[in-house]
Amino acid sequence: MTTTDQMLAEPWDLSPAVALRPEPFGAMAYHFGNRKLTFLKRMQLVDVVRGLSAHPDVRRALQAAGVAEAQWPGYVAALQGLAATDMIRPRATSEAHSVQEGAA
Amino acid sequence: MTILETRPVIARPEGGSLIEQFELGLDAPICLTWELTYACNLECAHCLSSSGRRDPRELSTEQCKAVIDELQRMQVFYVNIGGGEPTIRPDFWELLDYAVSHDVGVKFSTNGVRLNPERARVLASTDYVDVQISLDGATPEVNDYVRGPGSFDTAITALQNLQDAGFKDAKISVVCTRQNIGQLDEFKAIADQYGATLRLTRLRPSGRGADVWDELHPLPEQQRELYDWLVANGENVLTGDSFFHLSAFGVADGGGALPGLNLCGAGRVVCLIDPIGDVYACPFAIHDNFLAGNVLADGGFETVWQRSELFTELRSPQTSGACTSCAFFDACRGGCMAAKFFTGLPLDGPDPECVRGFGEDALASGDRVLPPQGKDHSKANPTRNQPVMLTLSRRDDALAVQATRPPVSACAENPLAGFTL
Amino acid sequence: MSIDAPTTEVTAPETDTTVTAESLIEEVSIDGMCGVY
Repeated sequence: MTTTDQMLAEPWDLSPAVALRPEPFGAMAYHFGNRKLTFLKRMQLVDVVRGLSAHPDVRRALQAAGVAEAQWPGYVAALQGLAATDMIRPRATSEAHSVQEGAA
Repeated sequence: MTILETRPVIARPEGGSLIEQFELGLDAPICLTWELTYACNLECAHCLSSSGRRDPRELSTEQCKAVIDELQRMQVFYVNIGGGEPTIRPDFWELLDYAVSHDVGVKFSTNGVRLNPERARVLASTDYVDVQISLDGATPEVNDYVRGPGSFDTAITALQNLQDAGFKDAKISVVCTRQNIGQLDEFKAIADQYGATLRLTRLRPSGRGADVWDELHPLPEQQRELYDWLVANGENVLTGDSFFHLSAFGVADGGGALPGLNLCGAGRVVCLIDPIGDVYACPFAIHDNFLAGNVLADGGFETVWQRSELFTELRSPQTSGACTSCAFFDACRGGCMAAKFFTGLPLDGPDPECVRGFGEDALASGDRVLPPQGKDHSKANPTRNQPVMLTLSRRDDALAVQATRPPVSACAENPLAGFTL
Repeated sequence: MSIDAPTTEVTAPETDTTVTAESLIEEVSIDGMCGVY
């Protein structure tokens, strides 16, 4: 499996320390803990990031946001960039009512 | 101070670089400076806000909280609180708590006077707060010359208290001057010693800075020294993006632009709220020409930020006149608006410290007219905190006055005839 | 004139198939903005 494939199958969430602020061209993500400031430069990526928690895996978040499959590698790379600064985190698997339990 | 009827429509290019988007402005500042008071216990020679005396129209505690509420609503994540000396406002600690408990992170800029061990412990246990200590010399001699006797000790004591209390990563903010450029390594050592991060910033000819700029601003060779030092040591050093006018050095020899947006943020991604609620494009531009409105008179901060005529103008493409034909324009973007304004240079011309020397030429040409002094909240009478630098200049002024008076007659009876303090 | 006029144009539908991380995210330093103390 490639790293992209791995991530597509994983559940991810926006970190609780992060605030997402809409901008005319996308959104600004600010991490109150590490003070990193990252700009999401496309509305579609913002939709993906906002939708992460509502989906059992990244694949479905991308689909729900209407991202064409040909662009998934680029979007996953961007998500990995966000993960590197703790903007997004892997979902804890010990949650009692985890979304992934009911995944289709 | 005109506020437009409706929010201006801005045509944005699709995609485009982040900088291009920023130059067109945002719905809210990314961060901003908020001067809480013009009162100050010190009388620094180069004070950008000419502080010293409280303005009686200062925002009340409730008015300040209303501003914080707006910042929260606008999702301004981080505000830089300064002054004057913000900690001498009696409600400072209350406002600090209010901000950090309403999703607004705070960094406050202080000379350290109120940071005793107890306060340091409180700060160490407070989330979302950062402390920045002002220091303009790595030795008492150099520092106190511009900041006043004892100010070096006050700053170091504050740093020590913060370290002892377990406060992590305070900032030491240094204004680079002719006298301290040779101390950059020592500044770094002080920062390392107290577990702090060094921040170097540019001296602007703003506020009282206009009076001392000729004597204090770095010489051309020192600008080169500063640039080289930042390239070699700057990885853990902040600059507040205040040296983008030096980026042209990097173009010539491939050293590269300094880290930062290399963008004048005034009115686009940053601004200033002053102690009486006036909103300026930038803390280095406290002057009517850069006044966008007032939070009390113009319906709140958001209204001013989004609809002021001044900010709308700043968010439109800027003309940079002769600078646009310079090979290094892309790197320096014509430099600092405030530096040009307060040295009487045209805004569409070179920065006074243009690394190619065009600014020096413009300054020497003799055509410039200095703008009249903006707000001056300096203390009416000097106190024992007055820095030696100002004492010397006052003495010079007194001697100059004396020289123009007619000589005292040998027959004068009063033993104090002709004597001036 | 309406008070809440839209402030931006609607962006065109995405047709680019060579999207890279750099075109999607960009990190900036919150301390790296000129005009702040």
